[in-house]
This record gives sequence, structure tokens and C-alpha cells, in this order.
Amino acid sequence: MSNISLIVLLLALMAIAYQVGMVRSRKVATINPGVRMHSRPQHYGMMVGLWAVLPAFFVLLIWAWFAPGVINTMVQASLPAEFATLDGNGMRIVMRRISNLAANFGIVADAADWELVAAEYMKQLQHSSTMLLTALMATLASAGLVISFYKIQPQLRARHQVERVVKVLLVLCSTVAVLTTVGIVLSMVGETMKFFSFIKPSDFFFGTTWNPRFSTTGVGEGSLTGSQGSFGLLPLLSGTMLVAFIALVVAIPLGLMVAIYLSEYAPAKFRATAKPVIEVLAGIPTIVYGFFALVTVGPFLTDFGAMLGLTIRATSALTAGVVMGIMIIPFISSLTDDIITQVPKTMRDGSLGLGATKSETILKVVLPAALPGIVGAVLLAASRAIGETMIVVLAAGNSPALTANPFEAVSTVTVTIVNQLTGDNDFASPQSLVAFALGLTLFVITLLLNVMALVIVRKYREQYE
Amino acid sequence: MKVAEPLIKPVITAGTVQQKVTASLGRRHRKERVFKGFGLAAVLASLALVLILFVNIFSKGLPAFWQSAITLDIYFDPQVVKISEKPVQAANESDNAFRQRDIEWQTEVGFINFNRLITDSLEKVLPDATQHRRDLQRLVTSGERFALRDMVVQDTSIIGQTRTLHLLTDANIDVWLKGNIDRSLPDTMQQLSPKMREWVQQLSEQGLIQNRFSFALFMNADSRSSLASAGLAGAFMGSLYMMLVVIILAVPMGVAAAIYLEEFAPKNRFTDFVEVNINNLAAVPSIVFGLLGASVFIGWFNLPMSAPIVGGLVLSLMTLPTVIIATRSTLKAIPPSIRQAALGLGASKMQAIFHHVLPLAIPGILTGAILGVAQALGEAAPLLLIGMKSFVAAVPGSPFDQSTALPVQIFLWQGNELRNFFEARTSAAIIVLLALMISLNALAIWLRKKYEKRW
Repeated sequence: MSNISLIVLLLALMAIAYQVGMVRSRKVATINPGVRMHSRPQHYGMMVGLWAVLPAFFVLLIWAWFAPGVINTMVQASLPAEFATLDGNGMRIVMRRISNLAANFGIVADAADWELVAAEYMKQLQHSSTMLLTALMATLASAGLVISFYKIQPQLRARHQVERVVKVLLVLCSTVAVLTTVGIVLSMVGETMKFFSFIKPSDFFFGTTWNPRFSTTGVGEGSLTGSQGSFGLLPLLSGTMLVAFIALVVAIPLGLMVAIYLSEYAPAKFRATAKPVIEVLAGIPTIVYGFFALVTVGPFLTDFGAMLGLTIRATSALTAGVVMGIMIIPFISSLTDDIITQVPKTMRDGSLGLGATKSETILKVVLPAALPGIVGAVLLAASRAIGETMIVVLAAGNSPALTANPFEAVSTVTVTIVNQLTGDNDFASPQSLVAFALGLTLFVITLLLNVMALVIVRKYREQYE
Repeated sequence: MKVAEPLIKPVITAGTVQQKVTASLGRRHRKERVFKGFGLAAVLASLALVLILFVNIFSKGLPAFWQSAITLDIYFDPQVVKISEKPVQAANESDNAFRQRDIEWQTEVGFINFNRLITDSLEKVLPDATQHRRDLQRLVTSGERFALRDMVVQDTSIIGQTRTLHLLTDANIDVWLKGNIDRSLPDTMQQLSPKMREWVQQLSEQGLIQNRFSFALFMNADSRSSLASAGLAGAFMGSLYMMLVVIILAVPMGVAAAIYLEEFAPKNRFTDFVEVNINNLAAVPSIVFGLLGASVFIGWFNLPMSAPIVGGLVLSLMTLPTVIIATRSTLKAIPPSIRQAALGLGASKMQAIFHHVLPLAIPGILTGAILGVAQALGEAAPLLLIGMKSFVAAVPGSPFDQSTALPVQIFLWQGNELRNFFEARTSAAIIVLLALMISLNALAIWLRKKYEKRW
């Protein structure tokens, strides 16, 4: 029986146990007239359900975690001597074949005798493992059900038991977010350390050429050292910054003016339609922007440049930056809008009362008051621009050169992560591992920007609350 | 305030102040108008950008929903389709043995030259083409012969009969007919030989080639050998499985986490830490989640590459903060009096929240969850890193099968060498993706409008 069907069975059992517990508690209540039950029937039902299912579920979890490993080791130990001593990839291939045979996937005619024997053995082990697991779970479930069934008494504090379990569940769910962060940091730091065992950190952080070459060979072989390329971060970082800068140059003025107009000037009706329409821009998938940049904006900019006598490549920092700027407009405008509306009305009234025009009030009173919040919004937008992937993958031209010319093709950190991990590189080669070093760099940069932005925005909120 | 400063200089008398102000009024009002104009211009520019984006994509993509097809009377000639009897499971036969026989039979059917059926019937409508059967065969996209095979496999009684079918033309013919290639280009730069162009001309004059609604786009998986029949079904199912995983994992988990943080968590260091964490996680670039998926789910847990289950897990982690933040703000908006009333009547805290607060919060939670799912649906970058970029020619049957996703399919199609054909096809895929996202968003807005309560 597969784990999924076991889980489904457990759920069904839980539903039954719930009913059983409810019926029993009502029975107990009629047996003991005059005594008040501590909890409601649903709580007794829930308690019985939990007792029936939780222990069995834990066993299932532990089993699913360890059993495949144990079976593999046992099968490996049973292999003929010349195969049992294989290591690394060789062993992995052998075991893959055997487990495919055991799962009836393999073509039996091509299999050697010893493989068939091992597969048969593996099948047997798997079979007994599931039998054992099912038996164990059945025992635990029925024991839990029976024990909790007879525990139902008027004074049993069933509600407290159930609520405690629910609360533990809630806490577990809220730690998932923390675990994700821990997972991100640990996995990336781990792989980055492996990368730094090939390449000196200083060569990575301060290198000015990016030319990782290509590697399909395994780790630690002599051939690898000869084919090692240069992994300089700076060209990628400069490309990233260039694209993000162009995006901000496009998005900040537009986004700010949109926010100002919509919050200060626009009639309510216009605002109510224009605001959601502009925010549509934020919901469009980035791959769509990438395609738009590639087939429409890029050629347009090239033609436009030709008119002015400039050579603009169709896929360039400018193309990617402009389109990314469009994507960020609603991001800046809605954040700024929130902040501007938070500026107290009294400040505006004071300025207007002294005879300043509306624009003077906005420029000299409202904006200075909202400045910290706007800076926070811009920082958040910058972090998004730096971490954006699909637009630059399609439209930045993927040429890792150290250049400040926006009309040239560039490459960014995110593009390179995609290139290095989706190519045919061996996963353990520095060519692949560098993706994690780049990812960690990206994570740290965006984290710093986010934290700064959050602190600034929070400070600003406190000021007016 | 700064503006007021010059006004209160004591040296100037009231009269001169008034003169100065009046003199400057024109300039100041002009400035005001210019500023307001800039604001309006910015808004209009942004609206125009939305419009340009949509018009651009739709004008490119809509034609691709119709595709040129040749109407042919296909005669399933028993001379060509020579196959043994379709196997029937005998009473004493095991399932496996039957399956083996069935597969052998299907392989036999696969060896039949279905192209001959197509060329035979093409010959009837193009009499001058008898000497160029090889070219003739290229009029119909190569995937259609498998469609014919499937028809035979499904129902062998079709042999000996004639069916009128609409067979998709080759992608290049579609491009030619839609005018997506410059017809004045010299022969050496054309994809179609002059002879084939002439045939296409004849066929369209006879009304045999027509633009028909492209079911292939929706029913087929991706294809590289038969470009005209490449479809979105595989990517769609992949996305669907991933969204299911997100709905099953991210939504309940996010809601539970939000309930704990908003209602139960004591104010201490740990809760603060969790909060900061969630806010940060919401702003981490999506590609970083892809790296996490590549190293943790595939590297440590040995989950299959390219499988929707892994994609779903990665997207779940990515959507989790969105759901948590949305749920928390909904919970925050529910007035404390509701909780107090429940508590006052003797409910436990858990009862107060699950029986009274949560039902009131459900519309808000649903809205947040739907927006989170829509965001996950459009995400491509993390999926590239967990192998969903690979070409998959089958519709996945389970979340553990290899598959791709809608946004990744867009990425793959935009890179296809046959740009003339796939630019439209990609735009069509984008339209499908946008339509899905817009309906999700509309659903969220409708829910909010319908159930929104102001306290």
C-alpha cells in the first residue's frame, strides 16, 4: 500500500473515530444523569480522532523517512561481491536499475541474473516493510481509538487536549516561514562553501571577467583544473545595477507623479478606475514583460535609436531596464500613494491656509513629510528590480561585460543563475555551484535593501501615529 | 513654513506685499497647471502603457487561436492499413499479459505508413502533384499521422471507410497564409518551395484550406517535430497540479500561521523574529526560492526533477508570506468586540476564534489566497531552476510526472527558431495565461465586493 493511500485511510479513520467519540460521549452523558460533561461532544469526538490517527501518522512519517534507506542498504549488502564494492555513481546506477526492476518498470530481458535476484529481494523487502508498517499503524490506531474510547468520562478535559494539539499545529505552521529562511540560508551557504573550495572568494567577489567555461567532468579530476574559467562577480553586478538603475529612472518619476496626481488632484471617480487599471501592471507575469520587451520594445528602441543616429541593440540594458521600469511603476505608485495619504490633513490645510498653491503644498510640505516613506518604497522597488529574472533573461542580451553603456547587451546576476543551473553542467562542478554563490549574494543584497526599507517605513509610520 | 517666510518680512508694507503676491500669482498658477499637467500625463502614460501592452499581445496572439487546416477525405485503405485483429482480453489472461499484447499490437499499427493515406487523398485534389509525393506529404504537419493512428487504434472498424477530416497544415503554410512572412522575398529566403506555394494557392482557391479554430492549441502537449500541433495541454496540467499543491499546502498553512501570530502569539523576541522573517520572505526574489528547491527538494529529498510536485512545493513556500500577510490583515480588521462577546459567554479562546472570528474572516482570507495563487501561477523563474525548462511531449498524469508549466511554456516557445509561427503562438499562450490570471483576480474582487464588511 502506498503512503498516500495510507494517509487517505487515516483520514477516513479519523472521520469514523470522530463519530464514535461523539456517540460515546453522548452515551456517557446519559449513563451519568445529573453530572455535567466537561466538554462538548465534538471535543470528545475530536479527541478520539486525534488519538486514533496521530500516533499512527508519526510512525508513518518516521517510516517513510528511514525505510527506503534501510531497504537500500540491505539490498546493497546482498549484492555479489564485485558489485557491492562499487561506490558513488556506479552504485547509484546499479541501485536505480534494481529499484526500477522491482517496480516492474524495467525491461526484464536486459537484466542480468544477479540484478533480478536483487530486485526480487528488494520487492520482498518492500513488501514486508509495507506489511509491517500497515500492521504497526493498525495496532496503534486501534489501540489509540480503544483507549481514548474508554477514557471518555464526564470529568475528562477533552477540550483542553484537543486545543493543545491544535495550538501546536498552529505554532508548527508559523515556524515554516522561519524554516524556509533557514533552509534558504543553509542550503545556499553550504553550496557556496563548496564553490569557494574551487575558487578563491577574492577571485569571485573582485574578479572583473566572467567566463565560467563549460564542464561536464566530475569533481576533483585533474582535467578539471585545466578547464576552470574565471568567475568574476563584478561584470554581473554592474549589469544588474545598470538595469535596475534604468528601471528606477523610468519608474520613480512616473510612479511618483501618478501617486501625487491620483491622491491629490484626481476626482474620486477617475481615481477609482485609474488606480486598479495601473495596478494591473503589477499583476502581469514577468515572463509576459520579457516577451513584450523582446519582440516589441527592443526593436522599437533600435529603430528609435537609428533615427537619432544611435546604435541601440535590440536586447540591451536599456530595453530590459525600460520594461522593468514599467513593471515597477504601480509598485512605487501604490506604496507612495499609501504614504502620501498618511500625511496628516492639518499639515496640508496649514500650508493652503497661508496662501500656497496646491503644487507648492505638495512639493514643499507633503513630499518632504512623506520623504522617508518614499525612500523606503524606492528601496523596495530597487530590491525587486535587482531580483527580477525573466525580463532580463529575455531582454538584457546575456553578455557579461563590464560596461556602463546602456545601449550594450549586459548580463545580470539572476540571468547567470539561470544559465549556470539550466545548462548541461555537472551539479557538483564550480560551473553549477557558482549559481548558489550568486544566489547568496543576491539574497544578501535584497535582504539589506528590504530591512532598510522596512525600518525606514516603520519609523515613518510611528511618526504620524 | 517656507512659503510664508517672505510674507512676514516687516520691512515691506502691506501694499507692496500685495503687489508682489499679485505679480507672482500668474507665474505660480502657471506652475500649478504645469505640475498638475505632469501628474495627469504620468497617469495617462501609465494607462497608455497598459493599453499598449494588452493591444500588442492580443493583436499578435488572437490570430493564433485559428489555424489553417486542409479539409480532406481520408480513405482508410485496407491495402495500406494492414493490421491484425485488435487484441481482446481473454478470460484467463492476466492484465499484464494482455497489456503486453495490446502494446505489441499498437506498435504494429504504428508501423503503418499513414502518410500514404494523406498523400493519396491529397493527390485527388491536386492532380498535378503525382510526381512529388514527398513534397506533398509536407503540406500536412507531421503530427497528423499520429492522429490518424490514434483513430485506428480507437476504432478499427474505420478501416475501409472514408472520413472527412480537417488536418492541420504545416506551420510554414500557416505563416504564409497569414502573411506573417514577406511574400515578396526571393525564393531562396522562403521556407516554402514555389511548388508548395502554388499548391497552397490552389487548395485555398478550392476552399479546402481554411482557418479553423485551433483545438490543437488546447488539446495537445508541446511538440518539436510537428510544430503546428504544439499545444498547451501539458503545460496547463502541470500548472494545474502545481496550483493544487499550492492550495493544499500554502493556503491552510498560511492561514494557520496567521491565526497563531495574530491571535495567540505572545509578544516576545521569537514572535518578533517570525514577523520580520515573514515580511522579508515576501520580498525575497523568486529565483532564490528556485535555488532552495534545486538544492533542498531535489538535492536532499531526492524528489524528481521537472515534476509539478517540486514546483508546487517551491511556489507554496513563495506564496506562504502573501497568504499570511493577507490573512493577518483580515483578522486585524475584525473588531475585538466579537472575540470579547464570545469569551464573555464562556467560549474558550480557541472556540472564540474558530467559531466566531474565522467565519467572518473567510472572504478576506479567500481573496488573499486567490491573489497568492494567481501570483504563483504566473511565476516562471524558480521553475526554470528545478528542471521544468525541459521539453516534455506528454500531458502529465500525476504531480510526480515530468511536466512544464504555462509561464515556462511561454519561455520555451518564445525561443523557438520558427519565429514567424511561434511569436503568435507564444502570444496566444500569454493570452491563455492572462485570461486565467484575470479570472482569478476577478473572482477575488467579486468575493471582496460581495462579502466585504465595514466594521
